[in-house]
This record gives sequence, structure tokens and C-alpha cells, in this order.
Amino acid sequence: MSVPEPPMGLLAELTHRCPLQCPYCSNPLELERAAGELDTAAWLRVLDEAADLGVLQVHFSGGEPTARRDLPDLVRRAAERKLYSNLITSGVLLDERLLADLVEAGLDHVQLSFQDVETANAERIGGMVGAQAKKRTAAALIQRAGLPLTLNFVIHRQNVDHLPAMIALGAELGAARIEVAHVQYYGWGLVNRDRLLPSRDQLDAATAEVEAARARFKGRMVIDYVTPDYYAERPKACMGGWGRRFINITPTGKVLPCHAAETLPGLNFPSVRDENLAAIWRSAPAFERYRGTEWMAEPCRSCDRREVDWGGCRCQALALTGDAANADPACALSPHHRTMQAAIAAADRSPSSDFVYRRIGAAPTAQA
Amino acid sequence: MSAPPDETVPALGRGVKFRFDEVRQSWVLLAPERLFMPDEQAVEILKLVDGVRSLGVIIDDLAGRFNAPRDLVARDVATMLGGLADKGAISL
Repeated sequence: MSVPEPPMGLLAELTHRCPLQCPYCSNPLELERAAGELDTAAWLRVLDEAADLGVLQVHFSGGEPTARRDLPDLVRRAAERKLYSNLITSGVLLDERLLADLVEAGLDHVQLSFQDVETANAERIGGMVGAQAKKRTAAALIQRAGLPLTLNFVIHRQNVDHLPAMIALGAELGAARIEVAHVQYYGWGLVNRDRLLPSRDQLDAATAEVEAARARFKGRMVIDYVTPDYYAERPKACMGGWGRRFINITPTGKVLPCHAAETLPGLNFPSVRDENLAAIWRSAPAFERYRGTEWMAEPCRSCDRREVDWGGCRCQALALTGDAANADPACALSPHHRTMQAAIAAADRSPSSDFVYRRIGAAPTAQA
Repeated sequence: MSAPPDETVPALGRGVKFRFDEVRQSWVLLAPERLFMPDEQAVEILKLVDGVRSLGVIIDDLAGRFNAPRDLVARDVATMLGGLADKGAISL
């Protein structure tokens, strides 16, 4: 196999610790404990290896990355190596002192999440009382520090109707960018799918609102919109294709092509504790497994979109069809596409709003 | 879209960096949670975007150096920078 192009972005999941418990968290159901986390020296070495490999942007994420006290040191190393640094945070641990340290270290951008605009509902979804006021304070601090700010809203059945107010909040808080992302249904999101999947009417209203707001804020605020696969006809190019653009490192140092890849059976993900990042990227069997188009079966193999969507999401293919090498069932050409309509119908019937919250030990033993 | 006037001073958007990547041996435009790999022509334009030079100065410079008709250069510059402005990478 030919040498792959270097990755563009590194998602550094510094920790799984987080004061919030969002029921659609992208972390795995099996959360890592603090004792297993990479230490500062290991992360500094990883950042050097990432820069040498050709990574251009590093996204410090978690869990809640500000729970790591060495975050400013990691940001400083990223800046020294000219890696564009992005902090993906809930904001609830961010105070003036920490933010000043991060600015001084050379942080380039902050993505701040809100679970809703309505305080009671936001704090019910996030599972943390008092979070909303802390987030608003964090937004003000970020603005005052002169850092570019993106507001992130993960939207679903239980908050999507507030989208106009979410976009207005972005403008009020001076965000240059808003990311409106429908929940992606694997891991915790899949466990809570019946409570989260929006109705067709909700989706259409949200899409129309985004389009109207884009026109209204043109030139002042960019609005990115991530649509839900369950209403799609064609899959997304998950991570821009397996092992093509992104590299993900877990709190314990495992290297993955995407943050949910550990759900896939039969793949052995190497650790930065044992191997150099470049060697892993270029030749680890887990990265080779679904890279490119050779692994594909029909309907992907002969499809003229095979290098557009790269077959979609492997984790979703596994979760809904039982085989990670199948086409993503988001594709209308997949024989399993109807499982998505069935899931929508189930969510439309479900009266429940009670979440299974993201906590250590809270995951159901047999995944749905 | 109407072209912005020659007096407009384009600048990189807040949090946007334009740098040479030694690994790829190419210029990259890094922005909040997105990045762009500008083509050769876009690189020549972006090298002149410094928050000081006006569009008129940039267009004159390019038209002179590449011996190209000014109105053609003006259109290319407006299209390229306008597209990046819509994505928040350039302020016009």
C-alpha cells in the first residue's frame, strides 16, 4: 500500500473526566479513569511527533480538557511547533486565571458548548446544576481575552425547538462561528437514541432556521450545520475517510482513526506509549483496515461516490448492520437503510424523556 | 456579488493563520476548526493580505508582476477573497 498523506488534524482526548454528563457524549461507554491517563511528558512528546508527521491543527478535547492542570503546557508546546490549537470545552471549569495562562501559552481558538439556551433544560441535559451561568461567564472571559469563539450546540428532540434562540445567543456572545450539530448515534447517543432522535418536522424546521440565519448573519457569523444521518440519503465522509485526515488519541494513549473506533471488534489500536505516531499512522493494521477503497464491498465498491463519502461511518455500519465493512446504512443504497426509518418511528412513538447519563459505570452492559 | 471597492483593506479573520508547511512544502490557511490549501494563485494573493495593503494595491502588484490585465486580476482577487470572507477566514 502506498504511503498515506499526513493527517490534517489531531484530536487529543486528554481525559474522560468531565463535570457534565451529556447523554450523547462522544466518549466511549467504557470511560477511562484518571489513573490511566498519559502524563505531561508523554503528551508533549506526542505533540512533537504530530508536528513532525504533518498535523496542522490540534483539538484539545476530552472529557473536559481543562480538568488537566497541564493544559497550558500542552498548548504552549503546540504553539511552539506551529500547531493551530483549538480548545473544545464545556467552559464550566474555565476561570480568568486559567484563560490568561492559555492565552499566554498561545491558544488560537475556543469552542464552547451549550446544551440549550433555556437554563433548566440545559442543566437537565448536561446533568449539572449551575452550569449555564458558568458557561456564560466563560464566554464573556473568552471575548474579553480576544480569543475567537465558536459556540457549539448539539441538537436533538429535546432542545431543537430552541434553535432560533441558540443562534441569537451566539450573536449576543460575540461568537464568530456557531456549530449546530445534530447528535451522532453511536456510543451514548445510541443508548439514548429514542429520547434524542428528532422528528421529521423538527429536522425540517431546524434546517430552514439554519439557512435563514446564514443569510441574516452573512459576513458576521459563520454557521456550520451537521445533519443527522437518520434522515440522509447518502452517508457523510466520516472523519473525511478512515485514516485520511484525522488521528485521535485517547486519554490512555491509544491511537484511533476516529473517536468511536474502539467499538469495532478485531482491531488492535496501538499506543503512543509503545510506538511513534508516524509509524502508527503509516502502517498500523488498524489504520490500513478501512483506508482507501480496497476493503469495500457492494454497493460501495462500484459506486461513483466511493471517494466522496468513503463508505460513510464504520462504527455506524457495525452498530446497525452487525458488520463494520458494510456500507453505512445512512446510504439509501444500503440494504439496511430501513433500520434508520424504524429507529425514527420508534423515537416518534417514545414518550420518554429520561436519559441514561454519561457516567462511569452507567452504560448498559449489553449495548442496544 | 458586487466587488468590494479598491480602498477596502482585507485582513486575515480573527484566529486565522497563513503559514508555510514544511512537511507538505505548501502554504496552508488555518482557521477555527477548518483549514484551506490554497492553490498557487490564491497563495500569491494571500501573501499580500496583511491588513495594511488595500485591494487596489494588491491588484496593482499582482497585475504588474504577472503581466496580466488589471480587470481580470481584480475579478480573481474579489472572487477568491469573497469566498474566504463567506467562510470567515478573511475580513473585507
